[in-house]
Amino acid sequence: MSVKQISAFVENKPGQLAKFTEILNNHGIDMRALSLAETEDFGIVRIITDDSYKTATVLKDEGYIFSITQVLAVEIPDTPGGLFQVLNVLREKDINVDYMYAFTARKQDVAYMIFRVADNDAATEVLRQNGIHLLEPDDID
Amino acid sequence: MNNYYQPEAECASREQIKAWQDERLVAQVQHVWNNIPYYKKLMEERGVKPEHIKGTQDLHLLPFLTKDDLRECYPYGLLAEPLENCVRIQSTSGTTGKRVVAFYTQDDINLWEDCCARALVAAGASKSDVVQVSYGYGLFTGGPGLNGGSHKVGCLTLPMSSGNTDRQIQFMTDLGATIICCTPSYAAYLAETIEEMGVKDKIKLKAGIFGAEAWTQEMREDIQNRLGIKAYDIYGLTEISGPGVSFECCEQGGMHINEDHFIPEIINPKTGEVLPYGEKGELVFTSITKKAFPLLRYRTKDICVLNPEPCACGRTLIRMSKPMGRSDDMLIVKGVNVFPSQIETVLLNKGYPANYQIIVSREGYSDQLEVNVEMTPEMFSDNLAEISAKEKELVEALKAMLGIYAKVRLVAPKTITRSEGKAVRVIDKRNLY
Repeated sequence: MSVKQISAFVENKPGQLAKFTEILNNHGIDMRALSLAETEDFGIVRIITDDSYKTATVLKDEGYIFSITQVLAVEIPDTPGGLFQVLNVLREKDINVDYMYAFTARKQDVAYMIFRVADNDAATEVLRQNGIHLLEPDDID
Repeated sequence: MNNYYQPEAECASREQIKAWQDERLVAQVQHVWNNIPYYKKLMEERGVKPEHIKGTQDLHLLPFLTKDDLRECYPYGLLAEPLENCVRIQSTSGTTGKRVVAFYTQDDINLWEDCCARALVAAGASKSDVVQVSYGYGLFTGGPGLNGGSHKVGCLTLPMSSGNTDRQIQFMTDLGATIICCTPSYAAYLAETIEEMGVKDKIKLKAGIFGAEAWTQEMREDIQNRLGIKAYDIYGLTEISGPGVSFECCEQGGMHINEDHFIPEIINPKTGEVLPYGEKGELVFTSITKKAFPLLRYRTKDICVLNPEPCACGRTLIRMSKPMGRSDDMLIVKGVNVFPSQIETVLLNKGYPANYQIIVSREGYSDQLEVNVEMTPEMFSDNLAEISAKEKELVEALKAMLGIYAKVRLVAPKTITRSEGKAVRVIDKRNLY
């Protein structure tokens, strides 16, 4: 099972991220995860919010260019080797991770991470088989 | 110092120059009328016939030519000699991908090289000099022109072409170059590199001939001080022959136009009206001796002033100021002609919107060209590598069109100023004029 990530184009210059988050704040959108990939000139802000539909609508109205990507939200035991266990499962199935980033946990003793992989279905299946818990869209909204 | 290559022409009386111009103009108009149907038609449309042109006083009757005409006539439409009489072409970038091609007979090359030789001798060149030509060779006129001029003077000529700075400096020191010919920005770069390498004491340069791009008085002084030379300006354009249409003498007070070959006029760029000497306007040239590609009243789009005052150097040839700007939107970046329309063509071909902005700046003495392009939903992707690949493709396409590197900067949608009337497409931060 995957969740919707919104990736938006922002210029790499002062104030751009502040403006972006201000807009979300003004519309009462709660960000659950954020990651930034940047070049010298521009960056891609990747966010998971409590309401991806509303977020998309707001960003569109504000003139942002963005895309929606399905990513995996994976629960990881907050113990040494927790992340390794997940990555090892993917390695054995030869599933490449394009990028990943951490995510706020509301439960103790676990961490959450967003995984962007080439094949969501294959990854979901193999993770579940190995007893790794994935979040549903409802867990985030 | 008697720094003339052809004193009989360079120091001729004004009466003599006028007599040459009258005679040569009449013959040239007849030659063009007989051999270039395109220009004949332009003359007919204005009701002008060769017999109406009796001398320079009638020059204003002739129609103008512009770069648009050259494009329209590409490639052979303005050729006035049979191909078997032509021995060379040179070329310059034109708008929207079409280049300007100029043709030369052997005589045309000779007179062009004579003009370059005059510039070299004015800068102190003689048989005993070693001239390093670091302008590009090939289609660009810079290298071939100065190379030919240097041969005519009898200098040892180093046909370096542009680039490969380490090798340039190695030859400069090992062979003891005394005169360097290149763009002023490259001269500044060479000076910097020579300082960094700590080889200034091995440099024997005494003069440099720098052209093909705008440079300021401050830049001249800086180059002169750092290289320990006298820096001479040179002007020209492929359409009229190449470098050497005009050149600076030791007085460094404007460039002497080789009036025995090219008649200059200054016009009001809006009305086409001829302006008196001393007034600022667009420079127009009429070639009166070249046979293969004899342009009459060609509008250079360069804004400058003509100065007929006698020069202390002894030359009687009229002087033109450095160009003070352009009457069109052409930019000269790193010595290369760049039209915004060329950039627009590339963007549209690659599927980008025509909303862009060109920013030209100078880092040190080196021109930087940057193209801001608004991001589109089609181009956007969650994958940075995909965007970078598209960006790179655009950079390559721009390089293929312009011949120089332009940095592409992707900006947010609707951030490029859309002014009421004409969009601000070009921001030139260099303050060159």
